[in-house]
Parts: sequence; C-alpha cells; structure tokens
Amino acid sequence: MSTQLQLDSLPAVAERTPGLVAVAMSGGVDSSTVAAVLLQQGRPVVGLTMQLWNQRRLPELQGDGPAQHRCCSLDDVYDAKRVAQHLNFPHYVVNFEEQFEQRVVKPFVEQYLAGRTPIACTNCNTDVKFESLLRMARQIGAERLATGHYARIRHHERMDRYQLLRARDNSKDQSYFLWGLTQEQLSRSEFPLGELSKDEVRALARQVNLPVADKPESMELCFVPNGNYVQFIHAYSRENRMSLKDQEGDIVTEDGTVIGRHAGVHNYTIGQRKGLGFATGKPIYVVAIDREQNRVVAGDDDALRSASFEVEGVNWISIAEPASPTRAQVKIRHKHDPASATVEALPGFRARIAFDDPQRAITPGQAAVIYDDDDVVLAGGWIVNSR
Amino acid sequence: MNRIYLDHNATTSVEPTVLDAMLPYFSADFGNASSIHTFGQRARAAVETARDQVAALLNARSQEIVFTSGGTESDNHAIFGIVAATPSATKHVITSTIEHEAVLNACQALEKQGVAVTYLPVSRDGLIDLNELRQAIRPGTVLITIMHANNELGTVQPLAEVGRIAAEADVYLHTDAVQSIGKIPVDVKALQLDLLSLSGHKLHAPKGVGALFIKGGTRLRQFLFGGHHQRGFRPGTENVPGIIGLGKAAELARLSLERDASRIAAFRDKLERGLLARIPDSHANACSAPRTPNTSNLTFPGIEGEALIISLDLKGLACSTGAACSSGAVEPSHVLTAIGLPAAEARASIRFSLGRHTTEAEIHAALEIVPAAVAQLRELSPTYRKEASAHR
Repeated sequence: MSTQLQLDSLPAVAERTPGLVAVAMSGGVDSSTVAAVLLQQGRPVVGLTMQLWNQRRLPELQGDGPAQHRCCSLDDVYDAKRVAQHLNFPHYVVNFEEQFEQRVVKPFVEQYLAGRTPIACTNCNTDVKFESLLRMARQIGAERLATGHYARIRHHERMDRYQLLRARDNSKDQSYFLWGLTQEQLSRSEFPLGELSKDEVRALARQVNLPVADKPESMELCFVPNGNYVQFIHAYSRENRMSLKDQEGDIVTEDGTVIGRHAGVHNYTIGQRKGLGFATGKPIYVVAIDREQNRVVAGDDDALRSASFEVEGVNWISIAEPASPTRAQVKIRHKHDPASATVEALPGFRARIAFDDPQRAITPGQAAVIYDDDDVVLAGGWIVNSR
Repeated sequence: MNRIYLDHNATTSVEPTVLDAMLPYFSADFGNASSIHTFGQRARAAVETARDQVAALLNARSQEIVFTSGGTESDNHAIFGIVAATPSATKHVITSTIEHEAVLNACQALEKQGVAVTYLPVSRDGLIDLNELRQAIRPGTVLITIMHANNELGTVQPLAEVGRIAAEADVYLHTDAVQSIGKIPVDVKALQLDLLSLSGHKLHAPKGVGALFIKGGTRLRQFLFGGHHQRGFRPGTENVPGIIGLGKAAELARLSLERDASRIAAFRDKLERGLLARIPDSHANACSAPRTPNTSNLTFPGIEGEALIISLDLKGLACSTGAACSSGAVEPSHVLTAIGLPAAEARASIRFSLGRHTTEAEIHAALEIVPAAVAQLRELSPTYRKEASAHR
C-alpha cells in the first residue's frame, strides 16, 4: 500500500517534550503575546483555550444573533487558533464549563444573593485556571502553565518559597486577583508579561504580526453579557430555581429609620450612590447590606468609612503566617490605592486588618490583598465585615 | 512527525483514484450537467454514471438516488420531507436516543412544530428494543428514523427487523447510514428501506457531497425550491466533481468492502484487545453488539478523554471523543449517556476508528503510545488515585 508507514518513522512512544510550556490563551493580545515571547526564548509551546461558559445558555440575555466579542465566544476561540497557526504551535480548546459553573458562576450568584459583592476572577484563577487547567497542562506533558497576567513570580532562596509580586507596570497590575495561589501552583506558573508594559506588549505583538495585535481589551466579567450582572443574576437564579424571594425590602438609615424601598439586595453594592431612589440634601450611599433582615442601610460619606475589618479564607502566599501584628499596605478592591494598615493573623485562616486612616466602602465579598512596602503580595483574604 | 490517523468516523482522505476521477471535471469537462451542449452532456453522462455507481452499492435503482450536500442535508430532507408530505392531523415520528445531531435536532425542530416524537432508549450495548419499537407505533406514526451504525460506538441496529416492522405497520422507514456505507453491506431492498442518507467524505470521497436514497413511489415534500435539477427533488446546479468523486468512491467500496472489512476488523480487534490488556481498569463499550469493523470505544476510568485526545495528538496519534462543538471543545456524549455510562465514565471514553489504509505498524505504535499516555494522565488524576487507594 502506498501510504504504509514504517515502524521507525512512527512517533516515538509517549515522548515528553522537555520544557513544554502550556499557554492559557483567551484569544486576546496579552496571552497571545505570551506564546510569542516563549517561542522567541526557544521554548516549546502548546496553547490551551478554555471553553468556560456556553453562550447559548440564558437566551434571554442574548440580543439578536450569536454572542460576539465576549469570553468563550467563537470569535475569541478562533482568534487563539489563528495566533497558534500564525506562530506554528499546537493549540487545543478544552471544556471546563462544569468546573467554571460550579466554582465561579454559582458562587458568584450566591454571594450576590447573600448581599455581598463577589469577585469572580479570583475564584476563576484559583479554582479553574491554576487548578483544572494547570492539571490538564501537566497531564498532556507540559511542565508549566504560562498566562497573560500582569504580575511576577520569584523564588526566594533563603525562605525557599515562591513569591507573588506586583507587575512592573503598576497600572496594569493584576496581582489583586492572584493571591489565592498555593506554593505548588506558583511553582508551576509563569507570567511572562510581568516585566512589561501594555505598550511593550502591543509592540511585541505587532513585531511578530500577531493577528490580534490591535484587538481591543475586554474589561467586563466574561460570562455576563453587556456587563449587566443584575440581569444575569435574575436569569441564572431563575434557570437554577435559586431563591430570589423576599426580593423587596426597606432602605433604612443607620438608626433604623425607613427612608425607602429596594428591589432586592443583589441590586446594591457598598458605596453605591445610584438607585437609592430619592434625593436628600447631601449625598448618601449604601453603607451596609443586611441580608438577614433584607435591608439596605444608607448613610453619608462618613458612615461609609471604616478602619477595621476581618477577612476569612486567608492565604499567606509569599511568607509564612506572621506570629505578631505586621505593618503592611492593604488594597480592598481592584481600583483602590493601597493604604497603610496593621494586619494581625487570627486562627482559622482569618485576619484582622486595621487601617491607619478609615477607608471608604470596605465591601464584604471583595478581597483585601496585603502587600509589603515593596511589591510583594504577602496575603489575601475575603472581606467579611467592616464593623 | 508521521501522524497516525485513527479517526475515520470523523472523516476520511479522498482516495487518489477518486481524486483522479474528479480532476477533469474541474477544468476540461467543467460543463453544467443541465446544459444542452456537448460540455453539458459530458458532465451529465458522468453524473449519471455516478448515480449508477451509488445505486449499485445500495442495490437501489439509479433514479432512486438524489445527490445532496451531505449527510445532514439528506437527513433533514428525508425527515421534514416525509412529515410534511403526510396529510395527517396528529403526526408522530419514532427515532432513537443515539442518533446523530442531524436527526436528533431535526426531530426536536419537528416537536416545536407540534409533531410528537418518541425517542427509543437503547440497551447497554447501544441497541434499540424491537418490542419497544412495535409498541411505539400508533395510528399517527408517519416515520421511523433509526440510524444504521452509530458513529461513536459502531453498533449496528437490527435494521432488517426494523424494516419488517415498518413495512407491516405501513410506516415510512428512514435510516442515517452515514457510518455504515462502505463499512458493511447495505441493501435497501433487503432492509426494506424507504429512505437512506449517506455522506461522501466518510467513504473516501470529498466533503460536501452526499446522497439520499428515496424509494420509488415515496411521496416527499419538496425541500429546496429552484430549477428542476434531479427531477425537482434537489434543485441547484449539481456539484459535478463531488458527485463523480462519490460515485467512484462508492464503486471502490463495493469492490473492496469485504476484503477491507475483514482486515480492518482484525486490526481493530488487535488494538482493542491489546489496549484492554495493557491498561488496567479499562473496558470496551457496546462490544458484544454487532459493530462496524473499524470502530472501538474504550473507557479508561480516572482520565479525562479530552486530555487524552490532546496528549495523544501531541504524540502524533489522532482519535476522538464525544462530539466536538463548534469551538472544538469536547461536549458530553449523548450516546454514552444513553447506554448508561455514568458522566465520569462517559468523559473517560475515547473512540478509535480505523480505515482502509490503517496499517499493522500503526496499530503496534498505538499499542505503545496509548497505554503510556493513559498512565501519565492517571498519575496526575485526583480521581484515579482515590479509586486505586480505596481498593487497597
């Protein structure tokens, strides 16, 4: 037969490519450039794109026609494939829809329904990207997983510990979303963009003619079309028969005076000014969400500020848990300028954080990320209360 | 890297002799088969020869063959065509739970139009129960559509018995034979079929061409509207090179089917037995049912089939799992779920499908590559280690 292959020309048995790196590719310019950078370093690369959310679900959220330009949209998958083809390395789409729903989407909706303001990206990193995807990368023979995150990892020789650091370009820094990683996860991860600015990344992408070099950045939560998370929560909780009951409730002042009605606590987040439904002399804000009594508490700017709060699920990522209170810089949401605080580790993966100066809108469900005076991420945890 | 291709149920290479037969019809003999002049006549003659060749493979008459764009069009044409042509107030269709999406989704669309559909369950071996079929037939039943061979398991349904039951009940019988044509003999008369769908690219013809067998006298609502090509059954200028490729491939299949089948079955059995022997805790799915000679569906508990497919592809071995969605990601297999595999086992299953050009050397290589890859995956599998330690 003309196509008969000889034994010695067949692939070698279960060969492992030494140093194979898997690149988590979203189809955007950052992760695509990661692949280009690694290839320039002469390293063998395999691209993996996660299919995380079926855009056909929750059809009431769709406009006309199929979803465009969103995470997991076909456009993005095909962009990743085009990049892989352009740079000539293998690329695969892997289905993590189930993990993503169980570990990210469902908790996200539950948190909102419980009156908190969750961050889906942290869970996605800790529980999907650097868990399921990293495992799959290793199963298919890759030693490490590289992503397009703007952050840095270094190995501290004396402590024999992997440390997470802010990106060199502070304006793009994503370390706020990565504090949940374990030593094992850090040891197998790479953030090749951590030393680069966004402009440098775009320039690199153009240099190697990446088909996505000028693709606009996606800022929205990937599974929420149009960024309208309230609409998403309604649709998802209806689809999954999650309880939205006791929807309506009172808006009260801190002394308990009823000043209005709200249409469900999931519509509110701490610090929010809009949607309180009435005008008063001076600006008022949501200062607390009381799920138990289904109340939204409103107050002025002073009431919104507090200095001391607790966090749970704390991960001391770059250092061992300190035995005594530690001075640190703490960031309480992605766009917050870190402020000086004293951090005291408590038993049961908790910690108490006391800012030197009261901070605005310390919001349960968001993460508090603790930095040293340099760029090292010491720890992170979930904000549970601010009173 | 020389790659090994064990995914022939997904598609096959165009046979060199098929390509040779097609080539003149792209350039020198480019005529429109409907034209009066000599260019057209040459194309027409070639198309009609192809029709004879396809008919011969099925033991049908040439005028019973309509060329289409492939399996999906044929399935849709048959199903919607029959249902629409039947003047009954309450219409009912019988199919199975393991059909290809081309049939399943067509049936779901019918349901939205108010047609009742019975989805017959299948046994652990992927076979329908003939008694359940008999019981499902009712006064409004207008069509039974049961696939011949399953794409994921290779299981072959007892179509002759289905044909008898359909004939007794005077109900139209359609079969999606995309996965059986060219692999096992198909005789539309012996099987008492009214309609049969086939696709070119599964039998070494090109993609984008297929055929629908419509038994003489069958009333079918027109599906596409246009010129009167193919007696109005399927208007549109004929895909002359594709049709000629399909005809040639059908002829090759008719002449070599028997020889191919026994050789391929021997390789398949060698692969299946070898992998089951070398990989602990593995099993073959639906392997005691009659199967197409080329297909083996295996479960390796503790692994994700998706990771294994990728791992094997990186090592130069192509096979598949479940049905791929448009992004290329793997979706849970409705077929494996239908034969009763728990979700985790369905995800741990992969399909090898051999072809006419599969060699013994490739089987030997696969017998080395696959066990090593499974072991590598299980090493890092949280579930497999748990299972293993539970036995200790």
